[in-house]
Parts: sequence; C-alpha cells; structure tokens
Amino acid sequence: MTRSPRSRSEVVSRGDQGASPTQTNMVQRLTGWWRHHLTMARDSLQRLLDRPWSSVMTWLVIGIALALPVSLSVLVSGAESVSRNWDSGAQLSVFLKHDLNTGTVNALAGDIEDMPEVSSVRGISPAEALAEFESFSGFGDALRNLDSNPLPHLLLITPAQAAQTSEQIGDLSRRVSSLVGVDQVVVDMEWVERLRAMMALGKRAVLALGTILALGVLLIIGNTIRLTVESRRDEIVVVKLVGGSDAFVRRPFLYTGLWYGLGGALVAWALVVLVLFWLEGPLSSLAEQYQSAAMAPSLGVLGALQLLLFGGTLGLLGAWVTVSRHLASIEPR
Amino acid sequence: MIRFDRVSKRYPGGYDALREVGFSIESNELVFLTGHSGAGKSTLLKLIMMMERPSRGQVIVNNRSLKDMSRRRIPQHRREIGVVFQNHQLLFDRSVFDNVALPLAIAGYPSRDIGRRVRAALDKVGLLSREKHMPITLSGGEQQRVGIARAVVNKPRVLLADEPTGNLDPALSAEIMHLFEQFNQVGVTVLIASHDLALISQLHYRIITLSEGRLLVGGVD
Repeated sequence: MTRSPRSRSEVVSRGDQGASPTQTNMVQRLTGWWRHHLTMARDSLQRLLDRPWSSVMTWLVIGIALALPVSLSVLVSGAESVSRNWDSGAQLSVFLKHDLNTGTVNALAGDIEDMPEVSSVRGISPAEALAEFESFSGFGDALRNLDSNPLPHLLLITPAQAAQTSEQIGDLSRRVSSLVGVDQVVVDMEWVERLRAMMALGKRAVLALGTILALGVLLIIGNTIRLTVESRRDEIVVVKLVGGSDAFVRRPFLYTGLWYGLGGALVAWALVVLVLFWLEGPLSSLAEQYQSAAMAPSLGVLGALQLLLFGGTLGLLGAWVTVSRHLASIEPR
Repeated sequence: MIRFDRVSKRYPGGYDALREVGFSIESNELVFLTGHSGAGKSTLLKLIMMMERPSRGQVIVNNRSLKDMSRRRIPQHRREIGVVFQNHQLLFDRSVFDNVALPLAIAGYPSRDIGRRVRAALDKVGLLSREKHMPITLSGGEQQRVGIARAVVNKPRVLLADEPTGNLDPALSAEIMHLFEQFNQVGVTVLIASHDLALISQLHYRIITLSEGRLLVGGVD
C-alpha cells in the first residue's frame, strides 16, 4: 500500500506556514467555547439516551428520592395555609364577675372596645347565655329548676386584623384579665397552637428528610459519574495530552450530571403530581369536616421550576465534586 | 527551541532515568533521539511535554523555562507542541475526522476552520478519503498517519514523536520519516525518538544518543 511519492509543493505549501501556531482571537474563542458547550450538552445527553435502561434507572432513583420530601413539604405547606385561615378567627371569651350590674358591664365593654388591638366586642347577658345553653345542651329541664341563673356576663372580643399573632393575643388577654370586674379570659386558640407546633415539627422533619435524601442523590450522581469517568479514562488521557484544560475535560461530565439531575427532577415532578392527584379526594373531604376552604395543595409552576433548578444543581454539584476528585488522578503517563 | 540544562530525573523509588543531560535543538532542526529501551528517551520527551518534571536542572522550550510553569499553564504549553505516539493514542469511538479535529476543538476554532484544517492535515498524510472512517478499520500505518495529522493540525512549532515507526515495516517507516522531513522543511522543529538505527542513519540528521540516562553523543553546546 505504498503511495507514490508526491512532490513537496503539493504536499506542503509554504503559504500554509507551520512555524507559528495560529492564534485565535477573542470572539472566535468565545464562539468556540459556546459551541463546545452546546456540543457537549448534546453529546452527553446522547450518551445517556444510548444506554436507556441504566439512565432511566438512575433517573428513577433520583426522582423517587426527590419526590418524597417534595410531596411531604407540599402537603405540610398546604395544611399550614389552611390553619392560617383558622388562626384569623381567634376570639377571646371574657367571663365577668357575678355581682356586676348591666351599667358596669357596658362600661367595661366600652373600655375594651376602645383598645387599639380590639376590632369588636359583643356582650352576652346571663339570660341569653342560659337560653343558648338550654337549646344546645339538652339539659333544659334541669336548668329550669334552678333558682337563679348561675351564668356570668360574657364579652366576646374579636381582635383587630393587625393584632392576630399569638403573642399579641396573649398580651391582649393579659391586659383584659387585669381589668376590674373580669373573672377569667379564655383564648380559644390552644388547639390551633398545638396544630402549629405539630406543623413546625412536620416542616423540620421534612427538611431533615429532604437534606438526607438530597445527600443521597448527590452520592448517586457522584457514583454514576465516577463510573462514566472510569469508562472514558483513555479519552481523558488523550485530551489532556493534546492540551485540553481541566475545564475542557470536566465539561462533558458536568453536563452528564446536569442531565441526571434534571431528568431526576422531572421524574420527581411527575411523581409529586400523581401523589397529590391521588390524595385530592380524601384531602377535600377532610377539609370539609373542618369547615375550611378546600385544601388543594399543588406544586405550581414556580414549584416545578424550583424542583428542576434544585435537581439540576444537585446533578452539577455531584458531578463537579466527583470529577474534580478523579480527574487529577488521570494524567498521561 | 528546546534546551536541556543538566537535567536529571529520578523517579520515586530511586531509579535514575536521566542524569545531567544537556543539549539544545535550534528551531527548524530535525533531530533523532536514540538509545536502547530504558535509556531515557521517553522520559526526555515527557519532560518536554510536562508529563513529568525534572528532579534537577531545567528544560527550556520556546524560550520558556518549564520550571516555574504552573499546572494551569500546562494545557496551553501542550497545544504548542504536536506529539506522535508509538501506540497512536487515537480515540476509537470516533471518526478519523473527529480524532484529527480534537486539538482544534480544544483550542476553540470555528467549525468552518476546523473542517478546512483537518482536511488539509489529512491531505498531507494522504488520508483525505478516509475522514469518515473509524480508526479501527485502518491499518497500523494509516492509524499512525492519523496520529501525525492530529499532531500537526494545530500547526505547532515543535513536533515530538515517540517511536513513530515502532510497529511498522521498513517501507512504511521510511514513508512516515519522509512526512516528518516535510514538516521540518516548512519550519517545524522535529524531535523523533527511535531505536531504528538502520533507518535514521540513512537520513543524515543530528542524532542524540542516550545510554542509561546519560547523553553519549549529539549534544552540541
């Protein structure tokens, strides 16, 4: 297979001088850099699609790991928004001492109504209270046998819109209790408080779970990338030999990580949507029982974007850490 | 263009690959580097490529001392040197064209320029018609020529070759050497490590001979 010798001028022309490596200017460099990014992004995705089974498995694992904390957090924040509505209905029941006459009661009601934290005050006289109690309790006959009405005057305070936090309501309750003639103030909020505490616990648990699972995703991506790096060891050596910078060598693997993360986030999004759809029926009947606005938790567009961003970031980060650790050990020898 | 200044290289474990080696190669020169295997030829080339750093002495390439070169600068340094390996170091999962285009892609050339330069380089080594082939379908000599095309596609000032004819028969070897002569004639400094004394002694270029890490002949000062 020897070729006939070609004349020198045909093979190498002097105009095509080899004495200095041709310099590329800044614009060319930038477009080249950008084009390389595009090529690497496409190339990495293509490599993943060329091995559909293992890629889908990785995407599923990442997706499941992300879907669990995300759906829990959507549920918790849904419950939180519902409980916020309950919260705004907080009322203070003020029981007055027995020996007060109507004039004093009205004066007291007026004083309380003048407080800036108070929106309105409704007075319930012992007679009204008794009538209400009779109709609700079913002890009507027994109550009618009493000589006198044992119930005190009652004032129902609705706090102002701007004074709805539990702290402000606590303050208000203390101030009202210190007024002369007031026997007891009951804040009808304790169960809301308890729910809130549980919600805070739930949020923290979701955060802890999410952190652990995100670490897991990071490790999964890192390990997968490590295998990819190993399988392309020869290529890395050659690229380094012909002058590929670390960034150049790292790039395809970072894109691989990004695709793993984004794909996983997409799977997670689909899973979350499915779970929420499945829970919608029971949730709305639960909400009905609490006479609350229907609770329809959803991820929303913003949430979906955040999930994608989070997944992509995890992928990039996992790839970055792994590649940086392994590339240094792959040097041409 | 390339200067070694009393360079020694001791590998971990105490093996002395090079001892006090000093020589210099002018630009536009073609020099052969010879010696038995283990004489230090590969180590010498690796020092030029910054695949290794000397234990003592200094290496100067292109008027730049490699001593203080940071790790970050190494890729740029390597882009200015073309290298041909005995085992070709081709990527077998991509075409001849893509293999040759690799240094240009790394340097960030526009695709139009890449096409033009790759074809020019393939033309020089006589493989223009094979650009779409996969390297595995080529013969040993053709694979070596792809390696040469990749080494020269970026028009480096310095071309290194490590046993470029190691696995080839005499006719093919002569042909490959002739290619290197042609690059030398357009101004590329060429350093070829080879133990094929029969072939290189026919060619009348300077020969640097190493033996057990020491320079025997050929190091003009």
